[in-house]
Amino acid sequence: MSVTLTERAARHVAGFIDKRGKGLGIRLGVKTSGCSGMAYKLEFVDETLEGDIVYDSHGVKVVVDQKSLIYLDGTVLDYVREGLNEGFRFDNPNAKNQCGCGESFNV
Amino acid sequence: MALLQIAEPGMSAAPHQHRLAVGIDLGTTNSLVATVKNGIAVCLPDEEGRALMPSVVHYRDDGGRDVGRAALGARVADPRNTIVSVKRFMGRGFADVAHIETMPYIFEETPGMLRLRTVQGSKSPVEISAEILRVLRRRAEASLGGELAGAVITVPAYFDDAQRQATKDAARLAGLHVLRLLNEPTAAAVAYGLDNAVEGVYAVYDLGGGTFDLSILKLTRGVFEVLATNGDASLGGDDFDHRLYCWVLDQTRIDPPSVEDTRRLQMKAREIKELLSVSEEAPFRLRLDSGLSLDLTVSRAAFAEMTRPLVQKTLAPIRRALRDAGLAARDIKGVVMVGGATRMPHIQRAVAAFFGQEPLTNLDPDKVVALGAAMQANALVGNRKPGDDDWLLLDVIPLSLGLETMGGLSEKLIPRNATLPVARAQEFTTYKDGQTAMAFHVVQGERELVADCRSLARFELRGIPPMAAGAARIRVTFQVDADGLLSVSAREASTGVEASILVNPSYGLADGEIADMLRAGFERAGDDLAARALREQQVEAGRLLEAVAQALAADGDLLDAGERAAIAAAMARLQGLVDGPGDTRSLADGITALNRATEEFAARRMDHSIRTALAGHKIAEL
Repeated sequence: MSVTLTERAARHVAGFIDKRGKGLGIRLGVKTSGCSGMAYKLEFVDETLEGDIVYDSHGVKVVVDQKSLIYLDGTVLDYVREGLNEGFRFDNPNAKNQCGCGESFNV
Repeated sequence: MALLQIAEPGMSAAPHQHRLAVGIDLGTTNSLVATVKNGIAVCLPDEEGRALMPSVVHYRDDGGRDVGRAALGARVADPRNTIVSVKRFMGRGFADVAHIETMPYIFEETPGMLRLRTVQGSKSPVEISAEILRVLRRRAEASLGGELAGAVITVPAYFDDAQRQATKDAARLAGLHVLRLLNEPTAAAVAYGLDNAVEGVYAVYDLGGGTFDLSILKLTRGVFEVLATNGDASLGGDDFDHRLYCWVLDQTRIDPPSVEDTRRLQMKAREIKELLSVSEEAPFRLRLDSGLSLDLTVSRAAFAEMTRPLVQKTLAPIRRALRDAGLAARDIKGVVMVGGATRMPHIQRAVAAFFGQEPLTNLDPDKVVALGAAMQANALVGNRKPGDDDWLLLDVIPLSLGLETMGGLSEKLIPRNATLPVARAQEFTTYKDGQTAMAFHVVQGERELVADCRSLARFELRGIPPMAAGAARIRVTFQVDADGLLSVSAREASTGVEASILVNPSYGLADGEIADMLRAGFERAGDDLAARALREQQVEAGRLLEAVAQALAADGDLLDAGERAAIAAAMARLQGLVDGPGDTRSLADGITALNRATEEFAARRMDHSIRTALAGHKIAEL
């Protein structure tokens, strides 16, 4: 089981942590909410919690809690630019469908 | 699909709840839009990666319009329909705008705000500004991938109510929800204060395209307090261009150029000014439509020399602001430079010499205001980090607020530069016996006489129980909330009767008027004190004359004819002084004389009233 970042995503995460001035890595997670049932969570990590699983991806620590991992296994986090907009995108093989905005999904 | 940004731990927004907010610096020369992404404020660039958008709108004769860089070229080809520096016209009338005669536009003098006649009909500055804001809004929505929840738009600290309202109207016309208008220097402080987190007192020197603002700010643990603001609403980088343009006309002795040539010369002047910030000299080469060719060389030193008066002009507001804040130049811990014009080396040198230290330039002076506005917008829509809740912005009252007292004097309740929100109360009393109502006249200004201040509102308090003059206690409270709205209430202590009114203190005050009123306040301080002393004596004389007249009516029979005549003579003399041209010394003498003339009368009245009070009472009863 694993969750990874693309190289480009890792570079941007490292850059954002650098600018923020602190942070161990990045936390990926899911929570139940949103129009399609579940929503992605993307946060800076200042401390790991019990039950967290930590991966290393291109030198960036990726933290996922066990419950979320069930829904996120195999996910690749990418950093993309679409027109004027840029940001992170979850490529999650578990998601059957997602809402139009891409912020929530279901399995 | 939406792309995600990284949130602070525990702060992931639920889907569709992260609200998109932007800060917009609607500048005279350039405008910018910024937002907070991944916890960091960034300016949003256009498709070609440029953050600055020229504040230029071109109305084409085919009914279309170009905004920003696309409109730049039309400045020469079609100057009448290409509006630059529209911010100078916001909320202004024809007479308010400097150098209006050299502008290529066709103005329409309409009551209130002027209008411009273009090929697409009459346009107000509000509509033209809305074109600029609309483009920035579209840029932000394309970049953020959603509809904006709101925007913070910055305005010069000296913008008055009409100009602020015009800015708000323009935003509404552009489909933006205005979260707040933020003063530009305050926005710059937000950007610097949060990014660098250095505590102390700072000066913000903001020389934009068309306005100069100087603010003294105190930063303490993330709390911003504006200690003082001052400035010049019609001084900016454009004036430096204009000075260079005039110099070129002077050097070449060419006839007043055509509209197209004027625009071409002004654009060249701006270009040379910018070039001189990075190189020692620049060639002023230009072919005019009139067939004339210009070939001049402008050195940095020559440019510094010809614009020295403009640089000097920025130092006077600094001195005034420092004096208002009760500080000396050495108390300033850092000087923040804002606005593209502060890139000019001789400005940086003059500021460094004034404060005895190098000014701060570590944030891009063109972007710093937009970045600060974006941070404020982000906080206002609720995307705040934990611990940001104590984030406070304190603003100040630009001119003192007071009440008219007897004799047309202004009694200041809230002094200029008091931080908002603020509340002050003071007790006033009645002037005449049996007075049952009191009129309040709320004024704003620095002068001692009400006639020289701006009238804001009038209201009345009725139902005061009849009492002797000076016995009633009426507590008047001035309260100004965080949005700058003043409410005044008056309450009589014994009965609890109340009256109140809500006013907007800056309503109808043009920034030029604020500046004039301030200047007059400083220059006329001596005259004002003398005038105040005179009015006080006149009021005192009036009060005394009335009291004596009343006493004579009540107890005149206590006096013989000679005594009565002596008092009447003293009264007539004093009345003559009150009605006369007014001399403080002789009025005071006249008051003393009447007091002396009535001493015996007063003593007799006292005896008489005691006798009356005691008459018919036995010792035991007392």
